[in-house]
Amino acid sequence: MLYALCFLLFMIGLYCAAVKKNMVKIVLGILVMEYAVNLFLIMLGYRTGGKAPIVGPEDIVEGGKLSSLFVDKCVDPLPQALVLTTIVISLGSLALMISICIRIYEKYGTFDITQIRRLKG
Amino acid sequence: MSIPEVPLPAFVVVPLAAAFALPLFGKKGKSAATFFANVVTVFLLCCAVVSIGRTAVYQIGKWPIPLGINLVLDGLSGLLLLAIGIVSAAAMLFSTRYMEQYTAKSKYLCLFMLMVAGMNGVVLSGDIFNLFVFLEIASIASYALVAFGCEHEELEAAFKYAVLGSIASTFILFGVALIYGNTGTLNMAYISKSIAENGLNTGLTFALALFITGFGLKAALVPFHAWLPDAHPSAPAPISAMLSGVLIKALGIYAISRVVFNVFGITTEVGWLLLVLGIVSMVIGAFLAIGQWDLKRLMAYSSISQVGYVMLGIGLGGLLIAKGAKGQWAALAILGGLFHLVNHAVYKSLLFLTSGSVEMSTGTRDMKKLGGLAERIPVTRTTATIGSAAIAGVPPFSGFWSKLILVIAAVGSGFYWVAAIIVFVSLCTLIMYLRVQRYVFLGEVPETLRDTKEQKGSMMIAMGFLACLCVLMGLLLVPSLRAGILDPAVKALTDGVSYSTKIMDTVKESVKL
Repeated sequence: MLYALCFLLFMIGLYCAAVKKNMVKIVLGILVMEYAVNLFLIMLGYRTGGKAPIVGPEDIVEGGKLSSLFVDKCVDPLPQALVLTTIVISLGSLALMISICIRIYEKYGTFDITQIRRLKG
Repeated sequence: MSIPEVPLPAFVVVPLAAAFALPLFGKKGKSAATFFANVVTVFLLCCAVVSIGRTAVYQIGKWPIPLGINLVLDGLSGLLLLAIGIVSAAAMLFSTRYMEQYTAKSKYLCLFMLMVAGMNGVVLSGDIFNLFVFLEIASIASYALVAFGCEHEELEAAFKYAVLGSIASTFILFGVALIYGNTGTLNMAYISKSIAENGLNTGLTFALALFITGFGLKAALVPFHAWLPDAHPSAPAPISAMLSGVLIKALGIYAISRVVFNVFGITTEVGWLLLVLGIVSMVIGAFLAIGQWDLKRLMAYSSISQVGYVMLGIGLGGLLIAKGAKGQWAALAILGGLFHLVNHAVYKSLLFLTSGSVEMSTGTRDMKKLGGLAERIPVTRTTATIGSAAIAGVPPFSGFWSKLILVIAAVGSGFYWVAAIIVFVSLCTLIMYLRVQRYVFLGEVPETLRDTKEQKGSMMIAMGFLACLCVLMGLLLVPSLRAGILDPAVKALTDGVSYSTKIMDTVKESVKL
C-alpha cells in the first residue's frame, strides 16, 4: 500500500514535468520524482519498531560478531547512505536547472515554454 | 620491456583532480591551464592504450566486494576508455584555440574534465549505484557545457536537455532502488548471480524496463531523441564532438549493453526490443537529417542514425544469443556494432570539429549562406571529406568495414531485411554528406565569405589526427589487432551472465596474491 502511494507520487512528478508549461513547475515536478525515489529507498530499509544501525558494546557477542538480535532489529543503513548521495546529486542538478531558468527569464522575459521556441525541427 | 599496469582509479582520479585544480590557475594562467589540461587528456589516452585487453578488478579502500565498491576493467570497458581517450584528447587540442572566442575558459576546462571523469567512471564502475553517480557527474557537466554560450538558443537547448536528462536519471535511480529491494545487493556481479539463481520477478522486470528507458534517453534512441538535435548543435564545437562522439555511447549504449547482457541476461524479447529501437533510430534519424540546413543540426540527426547502427548490431547479437543458435554470427554482429561505435566516435567528432572550424572561419553554420570554401579552407575541406566518406561507408575508410560486418552478420543469420535497411540507410547517409560537400565546400563563394581564412595551429592538428585515424581504423580488423582490441570487448558481451563468476574469480585470485 505504502509502495503504491510512493509510486503515485512518482507518477505525479512525472505528470507535472511532462504537462506543465511553466519552467519552474517542470523543475519542481522533477524534484517530486526524485523525492518519491528517495522515499522508496528509505522504505526499503525501514523496519517497524527497528532501531538505529549503530553498534554498541552490548550488541557484540563473543568472537567479535554481531548479535543476531541486533541484525534482526536494526534498520538497513545502506539505503540511507544512498539517499544522502542522491540528495546531494539532485541539489547539484536543481541548482543548475534553476540557474538556467533564471538566465532564460533574463533573455526571453517569460517562464512559459510554449513561448520559448527558437529551435525548430 | 614491460609496460606498467595503470591502477584503475587513475582514470577517474586524475581528471577529477585536474577539474578542481584548473580553476586555480585563474585568468592570468590561462595558457598554462590549457597546456595542463592537454597533458591530462593525452595522459589518459596513453593509460587507455596500455590498459586495453587487460582484465582487472579494483576494490576501493580494500573493502571486499560485495561490501565495498569495485571498479572493473574488461574488454568492453577498455574499448570505451580508448574511444573516450581519443576523442577527449582531440577535442581538448581543438579547444586550445577554438575556446578563445568564449570567456571563462578555465571554467570550461573544469567542466570538460568533470565530464571525462564521469564517463571514465561509468565505463569502469562495477557497482550499479556508483554507475548512477558517475553518470550524473558526466550529465550535469554536459548540461552546463551545452549552456556555455549563454545565448538564447543555448539556454533553451540546455533546459530541454537538463529536464529530459534528469527524468532519465530518476528512472535509472528508481531501477537501482528496485534492484536493491529485490536482490539485496548493488554489486553488478552479485545482482547477476542472484537473478540467475532466483529468476526475474515483476519488480526486476520493471527495473529492466526503467533502465532501458533511462539509458535509452541518455543514448537518444528514437523515440527518446527529442533533446539531442537541440543540445548537440548548441554546445561549442569540441563539446558537440564529445557529446556525439562518446557521451551518448558511454552513458547510453555502454550502460544498456552492460545491464542487459551482463546483469539481467539477454532474452529474446529484449533482443528484439533493442534491434527494433536500433532500426527505428537509424531510419528516422537519417530521414530527419536529410532535410536540415544547419550544418551541426544535420550532424546531430545523423548521430541518432549512427547510434542506431550500434544498437542494431548489439541487439541482433543479443537476439541470436538468446535464441541459442548461430554463435559465430552473434559474435560477428556484436563485433560490427562495437566496431561501429569506435568508428563513429572518431569520424563524428572529426565532423563536428570541422563544422566548428567552418563556423569559426565564416561566422555561420547555415548551409544556405555557405559555399565554395574548398579553396579557402583546404585542410578543413580535406578532413571533412575524409570524415564524410567514412560515415557514408565509402571503402577503404573505417565506416565501410563496420557496416560491411553488420551486413554480413545480418545476411548470415538470415535477417535479410535488416541487411537491406542497413544498406538503404547508408545510402541516405551518403546523400546527406554529399549535400554538405555541395553546399559548404563546392559551388559559388558568397560575397561575404571572399576573405575566409583557415584556422591554423592546434585545430588543424586535432582534425588531422582524427582524419588519419579514420583512414587507419580499417586496420583494426587485421587479426592480431582485432584479437587485442575488439575481440575482448565482444567476448565481454557474448559471455553474458558468466560475467559475475569471472569478476568473483578475479577477486579471489587477487586475494591470493
